Amino acid sequence: MQRLFLPLTVVVAAMFAYAPLMIANAPFESTMLLVQKIFYFHVPSWFVMFSGAFLCAGASAVYLAKGSRDADHYAVTGAELAVVFGLMGLITGPLWARKAWGVWWEWDVKLTLALIVWLTFVAYLLLRRYGGPGSEKLAAGVGIFGAANIPFVYYSVNWWRTIHPKTTVVPTLGPGMRGAFWFCVLAFMLLMVLIVAARVRLERQRALVDELFLELED
Amino acid sequence: MDFDSLTFDEVTRNFGRRRALNRVSLTCHAGELIALLGPNGAGKSTLLSIAATLLTPSSGTVRYGSQSARDGGAALRARIGFLAHDLFVYPELSAAENLWFFARLHAVRDAAQVVDGALRQANLQDRRDDPVMTFSRGMRQRLAIERALLHAPRLVLLDEPFTGLDDTAVVATRARLSVLRDRGCIVLLTTHDLETVEALVDRAVVLSGGRLTAIDKNQGGLRAGYRRVATS
Amino acid sequence: MSFLRVVWLLMRKDLIIELRSREILYTTLFFAVSCVLVFAFGFVREGQPMEDVGAGILWIAVAFSGTLALGRAFERERQSETMRALLMAPVDRPALYVAKLIGVMALMAAVEVIVVPLVALLFQAPLFQHLPMLLALLLAGTVGFTAVGTMFGAMLARARSRDVLLPVLLYPITVPVIIAGVRGTSALLQADPDPAVARAWLSLLLSFDVVFITLALWTFEPVMTD
Repeated sequence: MQRLFLPLTVVVAAMFAYAPLMIANAPFESTMLLVQKIFYFHVPSWFVMFSGAFLCAGASAVYLAKGSRDADHYAVTGAELAVVFGLMGLITGPLWARKAWGVWWEWDVKLTLALIVWLTFVAYLLLRRYGGPGSEKLAAGVGIFGAANIPFVYYSVNWWRTIHPKTTVVPTLGPGMRGAFWFCVLAFMLLMVLIVAARVRLERQRALVDELFLELED
Repeated sequence: MDFDSLTFDEVTRNFGRRRALNRVSLTCHAGELIALLGPNGAGKSTLLSIAATLLTPSSGTVRYGSQSARDGGAALRARIGFLAHDLFVYPELSAAENLWFFARLHAVRDAAQVVDGALRQANLQDRRDDPVMTFSRGMRQRLAIERALLHAPRLVLLDEPFTGLDDTAVVATRARLSVLRDRGCIVLLTTHDLETVEALVDRAVVLSGGRLTAIDKNQGGLRAGYRRVATS
Repeated sequence: MSFLRVVWLLMRKDLIIELRSREILYTTLFFAVSCVLVFAFGFVREGQPMEDVGAGILWIAVAFSGTLALGRAFERERQSETMRALLMAPVDRPALYVAKLIGVMALMAAVEVIVVPLVALLFQAPLFQHLPMLLALLLAGTVGFTAVGTMFGAMLARARSRDVLLPVLLYPITVPVIIAGVRGTSALLQADPDPAVARAWLSLLLSFDVVFITLALWTFEPVMTD
């Protein structure tokens, strides 16, 4: 990963530099026109958020089963990704909704689901920060429960919503838009890989510094 | 499941950036009473918690006979009695109820009889039905010692057993521990009260800054030995 | 000792302790009643409750009281660190979880016995018309909420900032329980009651219960041991 890091950074930077161009050239969506284009960044943010959530849950399970410190590093990285990219999604969502339908918040299934999952992983990070020593294991439990909760939240909010039907948020993808869309998804996913690599490395360095402190006492 | 030795092999335990135990090696055999001495914060409670299987070492191994804590599981826990600094008794229950609960939890046979015996040993028969929250520190300590010994454990771990005890109780407890040792238990206790345990212990070790050193008590007694280690 | 006997022994101990002081019972009951009253002031306009609030208030009162009861239940094990004594016992660790779960459920049942009639009264909600279905929803929902809450309560028993962290952790995870409970109860309370809808929500609650109790039983031991 070390050797790939720099070339990958260059690739991702280039993709993000090019993305606005692709987005500008993509056709307008019929009803929402320019406003809809926020969707090219909005939806990939959700992809990263859910990937982060599942990474956190999977790593937490490994951590609890095997006690591997490295798994814990991946878990905290996943949670932070979920929170940061979730925040991006939660900000772009209302901006879009405001312009498209005139309301800031929609109790749309996906938006509500994202909000709940975001809150769960914010709670994960709060626990790690304020829970005192040994809170890594406790947080691992929260990570697993949080991910297990996702289908339940989806179904419950979905059924809740069918009783009060409203317009859906994600429009259908016209042919010209697909290229730009998947390009942006790829850019975000590669960015996520970069961030995971950098963040896990940071945690490993932190663990190393702790080790050095300990050896100082010897 | 039974064992006749407790072995710590290069055990290290870290809490974040603090090394509580640093490559501690110690072997205790059945029929030995060992005092674990050292200043506050030296890691004595951590060592006892690891011996009790409540904490795992960051590195190194702990063996009970030939088994590890993981292999031993619940059967191993049945052979360990632990008196911690927090006494592990429910303040809202009476002395008898506390003992009965823990006896049943540890699947002690003839629980009622064992509880009666324990209350007699602790000299608490006349207060047996009073809630523990009305007890003095010394009384709670006596109860807690009996609670740890209810299930006739092989390994007896005691964190400052003499705290709060008056002279009579100290004498009684000393006699109790001596009997345990003679019966073949492994007794590991921590204390600040060197005079009390002088005649009682077979061996003494000092834990200081996470490191363990043995003392030879035959050269001038415990206090002299302790001073030698502390000043070196 | 068999699993069930251990659970019974632990529950018995908790029950005896609670019956002595009744502290958690009374404080939780009082809290639940105050909760409902406060909501009354919020949601009753000109002497008439706003439409459809009965279901929501019922479940919110249950959730809030449940959080309080869970916090207090584990606070007890923190004194004298008796949780460590229980972990040292030669018993299956999940038995500790199950015993606490049933204990808190019993407490919540007592709270609901008071709160359900109170809400029916204050908010003119016809809660007793479909009693079996309502009871099923309450039972399944309370089990789900308590299952997650007991897990987190036990986890946080020795953590710092535990009082504020318990609700922060618990509420996002129990959102499906609240939604299902409220919507299921609403379906029974509306002008044209729809038991089929209530049954659908009930099945969601039951699957939630099964999944999370299983998860808790699997993860209890690794999370609680150091």
